Amino acid sequence: MEAVEKLGRTVEEAVASALADLGISQESAVIEVLEEPSKGLFGILGSRPARVRVSVRETPSYRARQLLEKIFEAMSLAVNLEIKEKDNDLLINLSGNGLGILIGRRGETLNALQYLVNLCVNKNQLQKTKVILDVEGYRQRREQTLERLALRLAEKAKQRGRNIVLEPMNPQERRIIHTALQGRDDIYTYSEGEEPFRKIVISPRR
Amino acid sequence: MKELVEILARALVDQPDKVAVNMFKRENSYVIELRVAPEDMGKVIGRQGKIAKAIRTVVKAAATRKNKKVVVEII
Repeated sequence: MEAVEKLGRTVEEAVASALADLGISQESAVIEVLEEPSKGLFGILGSRPARVRVSVRETPSYRARQLLEKIFEAMSLAVNLEIKEKDNDLLINLSGNGLGILIGRRGETLNALQYLVNLCVNKNQLQKTKVILDVEGYRQRREQTLERLALRLAEKAKQRGRNIVLEPMNPQERRIIHTALQGRDDIYTYSEGEEPFRKIVISPRR
Repeated sequence: MKELVEILARALVDQPDKVAVNMFKRENSYVIELRVAPEDMGKVIGRQGKIAKAIRTVVKAAATRKNKKVVVEII
C-alpha cells in the first residue's frame, strides 16, 4: 500500500502536504497521527512538529486505475481514464488517440481487458465490484447497431417464414437482441449452442 | 509486450514474486513464456482457458500496434 509520513507545524498541515504528495483527496486516504505537535516551553524549548502517516485507501476504483495505467503504459498508449461509480459498479470510460486497437474486432479486445480487470480488482475481495470498460461510447454504439440488426433480421424471418440464426455472441450482446425483440407476437427468440459459441435464433410464430 | 504479460500475470496471481516472463524470437514471431507458482496456474489459465485466452487477446492487440506476431505460452 502506498503511504507517506510527513511533519508539519499542525496535524492539518502535515496531512495536507501528505495528501498533495500522494495526489489524492482526504476521502480516499487513511490518516494516522503518529505524534501530536507540542509547543514546548515558551514556544522555543522542546517544540515538536506534528507527525502523520497517510496511506491510500485501496478502493476498487483506485486498484482499477493503477492497473489500467500500468497496462496502457506497457502498450505505449496515451489513455485518459474517467471513472464513475454507480451503486457497486465502476464505469470506466477510456479516451485518447488510436484506441481502436483497444476495442478490437467486435469489441473482442475490450471485453478481454474488461474480464481481466474484473478479476484483478476483485482478487481476494469479499465484496465484488463490477467493472465496465468503454472506449469513447463504443458500448452504446454497439448496442444501437445490435438493435438495428435485430429488427432487420426479425423482418427477414417473418417474411421468409424461416428461422434465422445469428453469429455467436457473448451473453451481454445476446441480451440486447432478446430485449429488443421481446414481447412481439410475430416472432420469438431463443439461444442455442454452448458458450462461447452460443447464438441467437429468431423464429417466426405461426 | 513482455512487460504487459508480466503486469497482467502479477495482478492476477497470489504470489506475484513467483511470476517469470521470458521473451525470444522464433521464426517470424516472438514467443513470450509465462511461468507462475504451481498454485497460481489456475489464476492465469482459468476455466476452459478463459483467462489465458483473454491475456492472449490483449497481448495480440499490443503486438499488432507494433507490427509483431506474438505467441503467449504458459509453462
